[in-house]
Amino acid sequence: MSLAVRVIPCLDVAAGRVVKGVNFQNLRDAGDPVELAARYAEQGADELTFLDVTATVDDRSTTYDMVQRVAEQVFIPLTVGGGIRSTDDVARLQGHGADKIGVNSAAIARPPLIAEIADRFGAQVLVLSLDVKRSGRTPSGFVVTTHGGRTETDLDALEWARRAIELGAGELLVNSIDADGTKAGFDLELTALMHELSSVPVIASGGAGTVADFAPAIAAGADAVLAASVFHNGEVTIGEVKAALAADGRIVR
Amino acid sequence: MSRSRRVVVLDYGSGNVHSAAKALERAGAEVTVTADRAAALEADGLVVPGVGAFRAVVDQLHAVRGEEIIDRRLAGGRPVLGICVGMQVMFERGVERGVDTEGLGEWPGTVTELPAPVLPHMGWNTVEPGAGSALFAGIEDERFYFVHSFAAQQWLLDVMPPFPAPALTWAEHGGRFLAAVENGPLSATQFHPEKSADAGIRLLANWLGTLE
Repeated sequence: MSLAVRVIPCLDVAAGRVVKGVNFQNLRDAGDPVELAARYAEQGADELTFLDVTATVDDRSTTYDMVQRVAEQVFIPLTVGGGIRSTDDVARLQGHGADKIGVNSAAIARPPLIAEIADRFGAQVLVLSLDVKRSGRTPSGFVVTTHGGRTETDLDALEWARRAIELGAGELLVNSIDADGTKAGFDLELTALMHELSSVPVIASGGAGTVADFAPAIAAGADAVLAASVFHNGEVTIGEVKAALAADGRIVR
Repeated sequence: MSRSRRVVVLDYGSGNVHSAAKALERAGAEVTVTADRAAALEADGLVVPGVGAFRAVVDQLHAVRGEEIIDRRLAGGRPVLGICVGMQVMFERGVERGVDTEGLGEWPGTVTELPAPVLPHMGWNTVEPGAGSALFAGIEDERFYFVHSFAAQQWLLDVMPPFPAPALTWAEHGGRFLAAVENGPLSATQFHPEKSADAGIRLLANWLGTLE
């Protein structure tokens, strides 16, 4: 099989601008989204993920316009997540050029949304995003959280992943809240468990700090790796990550 | 290119028409996004994108009488390019999760699920371009972006002289499947050239280069 492993930078956007901040606090402008997207595409990013962190409906439509401007000029797949609550939201985003849609809390609140989106647009459009934390409260030891990890649900993370795939999720974006921001590497145990249960591709997210952190996540079973700040701060380039993956025997583009 | 090719991207409600149009412009085409029959018949090239379920795409195509436009063009030797599900519906049938749907039947065969442990087949893969391929000229070793669970896994059409043999391009995910077909005026790709960065733009430019 010669499918390449994917390296995906994730950009937070608010009101149509790329922003940087710590835990959604003190957001500051990080540059023009089209320029940033084009730069990552040139560096060899295999996809781009935008996470819309805006709060208001007005700001959201600004983000949709931003997605369109990026899609018109950057010809790699775009995933957009954040605030998607209905199939109409998906239709609108797709109309603006998004290829895949990340759904998180709305699916937790109303799981049938997953099937509704998959039935109308195909499973390939739907990325189920899970913010996962270690917890003694669930059988697997991993619990699904909301609000950036601040609120624990009652959902066992592995059970929720299985159920979401049955309902029609086409991909899992597994973000470790424990690892996120630590720069100590991905949660390899969580990645391996998700890989074992999943019949759809798994994206590992959270914890990347150095170029050496990515290969172990792929070795643990991830089909793709996603990171934000290490790329945005220029600590690591997409090219360096791919070189490290290739040196580890992985196929990269 | 002496003049830019006029291309219509068939706008029948199936996703991603916008990206296809912009990528074709980047490749040098003069692009109109429409379902207007006269415009679609008259253009130098017609692009049929498609994402989602086979049945939904067929239904949406029928709603704008897209099958008649495609038939008319092909009967006159006028180029058509199908992309992703826009390729799949060119075959006789599609079977997705037990739903068996009649396609446009331009080519014999059935589109079925790939025998792979992980689906969708999602990401950048290599292809083996068919002999005489115009689409892959100069980009034979590039990777292209795929996102699909179903594909045509056999080619059943015998093309007899004086018609040129089709260029069949294969890829692999769990098993071999058709990544692209170039058969007279009808070409199609299972991957998304409009999402395949520079290689994809080059492929679209190669297709534009084949238009009269």
